This record gives sequence, C-alpha cells and structure tokens, in this order.
Amino acid sequence: MRQPVGHYPGLRLWTALFFFFLYAPMVVLVAYSFNVNKLAMIWGGFSTRWYVKLFTTGGIGEAAMNSLLVAVIATCFAVAIAIAAALVLVREAGFRGAGLSNALISMPLIVPEIVTAVATLMFFVMLKNWIGFDLGLGNIIIAHCVFCIPFAFMPIRARLQDMDLALEQAARDLYADAWKAFRFVTLPLLMPGVVAGAMLAFVISLDDFIITQMISGPGTTTLPVYIYSMIRNGITPEVNAASTILIAVSTALVTVYWYVSRPKKT
Amino acid sequence: MAAGQSAVEARGISKVFPGGVKALDDVSVTIRENEFFTLLGPSGCGKTTLLRLIAGFEFPSAGEILLHGLDIAHLPPDRRPVNTVFQHYALFPHMTVAENVGFGLRMQGRPKGEIDRAVDQALALVKMADYGARRPSQLSGGQQQRVAFARAIAPRPQVLLLDEPLSALDLKLRQAMRGELKTLQRETGITFIFVTHDQEEALTMSDRIAVMSAGKIQQIGAPLDIYESPVNHFVADFIGDSNFIEGAIDTIKGDAAVVKTPDGIAIAARMNGPHKAGDRIAVALRPEKILLGAGKLKGEVREAVYLGTSTSYVIALGRAVTLSVREANDLSGKARFAVGDTVKLDIPAGAARMLAD
Repeated sequence: MRQPVGHYPGLRLWTALFFFFLYAPMVVLVAYSFNVNKLAMIWGGFSTRWYVKLFTTGGIGEAAMNSLLVAVIATCFAVAIAIAAALVLVREAGFRGAGLSNALISMPLIVPEIVTAVATLMFFVMLKNWIGFDLGLGNIIIAHCVFCIPFAFMPIRARLQDMDLALEQAARDLYADAWKAFRFVTLPLLMPGVVAGAMLAFVISLDDFIITQMISGPGTTTLPVYIYSMIRNGITPEVNAASTILIAVSTALVTVYWYVSRPKKT
Repeated sequence: MAAGQSAVEARGISKVFPGGVKALDDVSVTIRENEFFTLLGPSGCGKTTLLRLIAGFEFPSAGEILLHGLDIAHLPPDRRPVNTVFQHYALFPHMTVAENVGFGLRMQGRPKGEIDRAVDQALALVKMADYGARRPSQLSGGQQQRVAFARAIAPRPQVLLLDEPLSALDLKLRQAMRGELKTLQRETGITFIFVTHDQEEALTMSDRIAVMSAGKIQQIGAPLDIYESPVNHFVADFIGDSNFIEGAIDTIKGDAAVVKTPDGIAIAARMNGPHKAGDRIAVALRPEKILLGAGKLKGEVREAVYLGTSTSYVIALGRAVTLSVREANDLSGKARFAVGDTVKLDIPAGAARMLAD
C-alpha cells in the first residue's frame, strides 16, 4: 500500500527547510528589487525605479542583447548537431566507436566547468596569437554551442529511442525518400524532444557565467557577466533588478519545457 | 496481365546478417500475378527476412529479386512499387487517418484531387469511410489494421506485402479479418505476399503456400498439396498433426508400396521419389485418416481425449508404434472407445505418405 509521504516523521520539516533555503534568497532578492530605498537591506516601499534606472544607464541593454544573441545562435547550432548525433547514435548504434562517441558527447556534463573555461580561454588565445582568429562574440557563441550540445542531445536521444523504427520504414515504403521521411515523419515525431532540448540549451547558455567570464572582453559582455561586474561595486538594487529579470526568463523557459516534455494523455 | 505470369521472382537469394547469422540460404521462388501467396514457417525461419528483402528494408547478400522482370534487389524502398502492411501497423501518430492513407500518393507528388479520391476509395474499401478525420490513437486494433491496409493499397502497388498483420488481433477478430483480406485481394486484384506462422491462416487464405524452415523453402504448393502431400518431415510436422512411422519398403506395385516396421506392421503408402524395395523410409500419417472399428491391424487404446466435435485417441500397435488417431464423434456426441479397449484399425491405401527425409 502506498503511504502518503507526510506519514514519515520529520519529513515535513526537512521538506520545508529544503524549500526555505532554496527559495528564500531568491524571494528576498526579487522583493528588494522593488525596494524604493537605495540601501539594499532596508525596506522603504514599492518602486520600479531600479528597473527604470537599469535600462537607462546603458550597458545592461547591450549585455541582454548579447546574451539573447549568443543563446539563440548557440541553441540553433547545438540542436542541429544534437539531432544529427542522436540519429547516428540511436539508429546506427552498432558502428565502431559508437560507445566512445556517446561518452564524448556527454563529456561537457562531467568535466568541471572551470577546467573547460580555462581550456577554452587558452584555446582562443592560442588561435588569436597563431592565426589571428578572434570573432569576439563569435568566440562566445562557439564555446556556448559546445557545452549546450549534450543538454540538447539528451532529450532528443530519449525521444528517438522510444520511436518505432517501423514508422520510418513505413514512410520509406510509401515512396518518401530519406529526406522526406525525416521531414514528414521523423522530425515531427521528434519535435517534443527537440523543443525540450532547445529550451534546456537556451537556459544553460543564458545562465552561463564561468566560461563566458573567461572569454568575454569589452563589448562582448553577457547578462550574468554584467551582473557580476555590478556586484563589484556593492550589491545595489539594480543588481537585484537584473537578477530578477534573469530569473523570470529562465523560469518562463523551464515552464515551457515542462509543458512540452510531459507525457500527453491520448 | 495474364494470370500465371510472374509478379515477383526471387533467384538464389541468400542473406547473411552481420555476425554471421544466415537468415536465407539460396532461396528461389516465383510468385504469380494476382496470387495470394503465403510464406509460412516458425519464427526465425527467414520468412520475414524474405519479405523485408522484397520491400527493400534489407538487401540480399546474393541473388536477385525480379519484379515483373526487373531486378529491384538493390533499389531503396521508395523506388519499388511495392507496399507493406506492418505487423504493428506503424500508422503515423501525428497524422489523421486520411493523411495516413494519402501519405504514399502525396510522396509520389500526385495532385490533391486525385489523392482525396484515392483516400476516399481506399477507406470505403476497408469500411472506414467515416473515420478519415480521426487520429490512429482513437481507433481500436481492428480499425487500425484496416487503416494500415488502406494506406498500403491507396497508391495501387503492384505487390502488397503483409507481415503477420493479424497477429496483434484477438481470435474472433482475426478469424473475421481472414475472410475480409481474401475478399479484398480478389477485389483489388493486387498480388499479396503474406507472412505468417499460423498454419490455419495460411491454409484458409492462400492460393499457394511456401513452407519455410532454417532459411530454406521446404515446399511450395496449394494448401491441399501442402496438407495432403507433405514432402518431408518438417512440413508434415509443422502443418497439422502427423504420425511418423519408420520402416523399410517391403513391396512396390506402381505408385503403391507397402512399408513394414521393424516389428512387422505393414502400412500401405503412396510412393514419393525414386525408392526401391528394402530402402529405409519414414511415412507420415494424418490422425484423421486412420479408420477405427474394422481392418487388419489391432491396437490398444491408451488415451482418449474428448475434443467436442471429435475424440483424439492414442493407440498402441505392438510394442514400438503408437498412433494418434482422431475420429469425428457420432450423433450422440460420445466417443466410441474407452481407455483399455482393443480396437481394430485400418490405414486406407493413400493415407500414408512417404517422406523424403
């Protein structure tokens, strides 16, 4: 028989503590972003003046645009590569090096991000010194694309593994060439996985700080890097406002992800 | 095209899968125009592999597959005028029934008016005309089966391949669908190649049957030939029930021979192949062909199992031979013999069939 979780003594308390420590800081941050007072920790009344100030002082707008641009482009590339990888690794599973490929593609999830960050920085510095390669924001996009691939890859692979191979064969049997079978049968059926993967990749890119911090320079600042630079001048209400915006965007995207990826009743 | 002309011809087909599994071993078979042809055999016999080779999902390791004289063995599936009804239907879940049925014609680039007409026609043919707007998930198993069939015939293929299409249905529905499939085949005039492991399905629907085992075709023939004149032990055993009796040929008179078992029981059998007196041979004998109550042979009833319309006996003849015998029950419905009875029995000439192995 299934017991309600609350049946176990003390579990409610632990759960409450967990949620408190997880969300209380964010609640405080969001609340104080609407604080009229300049002094961060003293409540003076509701106001949106920090948001106004944030957007009028400049810098943040550019950072937000950069973040968006990087996230959109990196997501597109990551998803395209992830679909191709999933098709090969699921459909042609037996080939030599399949296991290695699977491991390599998931590597960015395991390698400590600071290691990837330092390595990426060195890599780009080398490229610049040797052949003058420096795309500015493009460098950040390339780096993001790489660590977004495994996040896009996993839900797409899961979806593909659940898909009946006979569906594609049926399409081929009914006069669809390889591309049409992909376009009209595989891709539409893969879509929930693709959307989920894209959402994940987008959020991961949008929130990334460590790698971006390493390789960003003047003019290529993203939102998290910008917020971090603001903190160096003390925690101002503008930092709270910028963070709140970031939380809102991430939450919205994760909500979409959840709606798309939950099992449908048929 | 005239009946009897070949629709599909497999010539010396072998298929070896990576890892060395030999699924088909030098198989040759000719399937005629407008024929209901069945590939029958246990799982792993190669029947599905042969079907998939004709569909184009696999390519043969050796041999050719001719479709109306043209070698299609290495064409991709979309370039073969052959359609498949899949075992689990493989309907596209993101499309409506009508979109599913129209998919083949759409991929062929036919005009919309023509597609709509063909879809209506195909759905009417399988009595699903009112279901065009539904999703496959809203249909029962039998209905999905009909849609799968409509989808496969809508582009008017030259040959229709059916991969155990009835196996996912329950018994009653399966029996009803047999008749319908046969009717549909007659109405559409399309050559059907049907794969099944169910001998009853094969016997009731087919014009001809190829019995397969271990990657080879054991026998090809009409249902009657397959049942009445099995060529070897496998066919006699796989189709229906058989008694197998081993002995040596005692005398030969034209087509008729007498086979004697080691303990002297003489059985009249039809000749099959070039044998001479003294050859050791096995004969197959159907349980329902043995007559009880009269005859030269004598046996003891060891078991009697009531089966409703008939009774199945196990009868011992001497020490070495036990026969399974089936007799229709009379009007009273009661079995004529009980365990322990001594019965006379007769094996009519032509009831026993010599086997090649």
